[in-house]
Amino acid sequence: MVEVGLTHFLVVSSFLFAFGLYAILTRKNAILVLMGIELLLNAANINFVAFSRYGNFGLNGQLMALFVIVLAAAEAAIALAIVLNIYKTFGHVNVDEIDNLKE
Amino acid sequence: MSIYDFIFYLFAAITVGSALLVVSSDNIVRSAFYLLATFFGVSGLYVLLGADFVAVTQIMVYIGGILILLLFGVMLTSNITNVEIKKGMKNLLPAIIGIGILLGAVISMMIDTRWKINVGEIPQTTSYEIGKLLITDYVLIFELLGILLLIALIGAASMARRERSK
Amino acid sequence: MTESSLISLAVTILFLPLVGFIIVLLFGKRYEKLYLVEVGLITVALLLSIFVGFIKLTNYVNDTIITQFTWIDLGNVPSIGHLTINLGIMIDNVTVIMLFVVTLISALVHYFSIAYMAGDKRFSRYFAYLGIFTFSMLGIVIADNLLMIYIFWELVGLSSYLLIGFWYEKKTASDASMKAFLTNRIGDIGMFIGILILFTNYHTFSFAEIFEQISNGVVPFGSNGWLTAAGILIFLGAVGKSAQVPLHVWLPDAMEGPTPVSALIHAATMVAAGVYLVARIFPLLTADAMIVIAVVGAITSIFAASIALTQNDIKKVLAYSTVSQLGYMIMALGVGAYTFAFFHLVTHAFFKGLMFLGSGSVIHSMHHEQDMRNMGGLKKKMPITYITFLIGTLAISGVPLTSGFLSKDGLLAGTWAFGNLTGHYLIPIIGFVVAGMTAFYMFRLVIMTFHGEPRNQHKYDHAHESPKLMTIPLIILASLSIFIFYTPNPAAPADGWFYNWIQTPATVVPEDARFEFMKSDSHRVEGTEINNYGGSGSENAVVTHSEMYENEMHNVHYPAMILSIILAGLGILFAFLMYHWKKISADKLAEKLKPLYNLSYNKWYADEIYSYLFIQRTHDLSRFIAWFDSTIVDGIVNYSATFTRGVANIAGWFDTYIVDGFVNFTAFVNGFAGLALRKMQTGKVQTYIVYVVFSVIIILLIIRPF
Repeated sequence: MVEVGLTHFLVVSSFLFAFGLYAILTRKNAILVLMGIELLLNAANINFVAFSRYGNFGLNGQLMALFVIVLAAAEAAIALAIVLNIYKTFGHVNVDEIDNLKE
Repeated sequence: MSIYDFIFYLFAAITVGSALLVVSSDNIVRSAFYLLATFFGVSGLYVLLGADFVAVTQIMVYIGGILILLLFGVMLTSNITNVEIKKGMKNLLPAIIGIGILLGAVISMMIDTRWKINVGEIPQTTSYEIGKLLITDYVLIFELLGILLLIALIGAASMARRERSK
Repeated sequence: MTESSLISLAVTILFLPLVGFIIVLLFGKRYEKLYLVEVGLITVALLLSIFVGFIKLTNYVNDTIITQFTWIDLGNVPSIGHLTINLGIMIDNVTVIMLFVVTLISALVHYFSIAYMAGDKRFSRYFAYLGIFTFSMLGIVIADNLLMIYIFWELVGLSSYLLIGFWYEKKTASDASMKAFLTNRIGDIGMFIGILILFTNYHTFSFAEIFEQISNGVVPFGSNGWLTAAGILIFLGAVGKSAQVPLHVWLPDAMEGPTPVSALIHAATMVAAGVYLVARIFPLLTADAMIVIAVVGAITSIFAASIALTQNDIKKVLAYSTVSQLGYMIMALGVGAYTFAFFHLVTHAFFKGLMFLGSGSVIHSMHHEQDMRNMGGLKKKMPITYITFLIGTLAISGVPLTSGFLSKDGLLAGTWAFGNLTGHYLIPIIGFVVAGMTAFYMFRLVIMTFHGEPRNQHKYDHAHESPKLMTIPLIILASLSIFIFYTPNPAAPADGWFYNWIQTPATVVPEDARFEFMKSDSHRVEGTEINNYGGSGSENAVVTHSEMYENEMHNVHYPAMILSIILAGLGILFAFLMYHWKKISADKLAEKLKPLYNLSYNKWYADEIYSYLFIQRTHDLSRFIAWFDSTIVDGIVNYSATFTRGVANIAGWFDTYIVDGFVNFTAFVNGFAGLALRKMQTGKVQTYIVYVVFSVIIILLIIRPF
């Protein structure tokens, strides 16, 4: 077994990314879709930190990861507000039934 | 297999495994708790990468903040006692095919690419350096993020209230 | 008190009326008392300009304070180099005196207007307009360059348009405002071309820099003729603003505005701007340009005076008298009597402002009656107005002990000296004749208005003395028409401080383009012997060129003074003989000189001539163009229309069968594609994301084939 290096971390993040995408594509509940988005962001974060560590970029990658976390927090707050509005409007939060965009 | 490798595989397993459970679980509350495990695993990976500050932030913000928010969302949008959450799947076949191809492509790319590895010294503690960078090189982004958070706060509050005021 | 703080004070004075304008214009409708803000601000401006003038004239009497800043940086311009357009502020003695005159008259007009305009429905707007007018006039005064003068010059034109046409419901008023605006525009075009000639050659608008380059021998396009042309063209602007012949026609019509406005525009500010401009460009005027200026001024003064003799409208008489006096000042500048021209500008501003306000007081009490034939005997009813008006009349007539006597006398001496030195004797002759005429028509006005028996008993019974707000400005202006404010010796203005403050600026034009008496001392001509009447040194002393003019003025000073007193006395005597004692019947005299009388009464038919020469011709041109339009242009259009119709038929066939066929085919293809694509538009977010994922995969495969 090879020594753990950059590639290992990248593979883990690839898996996280794929699962996040899977959640976004297939789940019907809006909150589960949100969780998928969080997984995507985490995958990206792992890449940032890993490249920062193995590419000798100092702390720049880590700072980017921090900023992404902040953005994720803001995004989660807004998204939940949207979800609540959807709930008030439609009485449910099932994304597959919301197809107003078609009209 | 060194201890470092062992710990890495442990956390990687926690992360990937719980992530799989998040997306495949039938119960939305359960999904949320699996997500907690995923975040925990990711923060472990951060520690392994020498990013202690990011790891702690990950735990505090994701687990302490975002996850709680998601749970609130679950509770506000579904009647807990009368759990009637639509848990079905959609687009199952195209999604699995697409994601399979994508995963294969990405992973093969990750493995095949000859990365320029240039490992620097792992700092003992990063919070001091990060603090310094935040108020020097990154001060503009730092301020902008503060404003963004404020806007998000106000926006979220006003969006959530709108219907009620009618 | 440093120089820079003087500059900032001057800028403050400039912007105070603008602030008042903005405030009153924006909020005047809601708060009726807001006009007091404008009145207060102009009072502050007056006090500040007194202060600035005092500091300047005591501490920096010989300095010219200039501040410049870059307004537009044009960068590197090919074949010129680095080009910037600078604006700046210049404070010299002329500036501070003008600041004082403008703010004083403006402030007094403000006070006067509170009573005069009371009850007008656009009361606060009126004060806003006064504010913008004062602002633009002050801008001209403190500018150090031609561009800034031009900007504020146009602003003055705009604000005078607003003020003259203030009662725009009256057709005559709105017509008069348009006439003033258009007539001024003719002069302004000339002025603009003149400025551009200078800018093209010197790449600067600043007076100081232009003068410096000219004095270094750089003349526009290498020829003195162009310098003369530039001077005369810029003078054209002054012709428009200062109502010189042939652009004088707007000023009498502008009397349609409220009477205090007439005082402001036609006594102290707008018309003075023209004289001020000529004074500013004085150093670059060549001898040829100066002759032109002197002749225009002389013609204007006698022309307007001859009209004023027979007018019956009180404001019309004053208007033509203003034109005549402005001609005097322009003439004086043309003959080189710079100091006295400016002196007369100041004294005239005070006594003419006094007389316009006085006539406003009369008109106010007579319920807007302006015809002198309906007045008479008002001196018993309006003693203060009468006495102050009389002082103003004495001043304009040039009676000793008044300010007008000092300035007019010096001015006439200047023209006489000019006549002696150059042989142009017609100019001083006209000057003296006009002096007599002025005395005559001004006393005719006073006698018809205030003396004798009331001719309209009904209006007379209702007449009353005006309120204090109107009489106090009159008293202030009347006191400023006394000699003591200008010189301790009522017979010799040269002893006064005014003469020391305002020195004739040295001319900068090339030596061969100057008058003999303006050549510089280095060109002293040996053997030019002129008696030195100053009696200070030896007889037959050799005088330099620069002293020639001064000397000559000194020589003719007393003869000129005596002659002007005699002529003024004669004019006054005739006025009394004809209108007070009725020894000579004015009607019979008019009958005898019927053609002359008609010519004067109808203002030399200037309006009719212009109407025939320009307005009718413009109409003819328009008619011709209309004919051209309707027959030739329309003919071409109609022909091409027929042709087009033919082409259209062919094109129509082509359209129906070929183009439409193609279009229909395209539509069919599109419809089919749309049918296929519509299936994809589910309106569900996740479906779209699936498409995105597949697109990304395709891109991945393209950039990195496995």
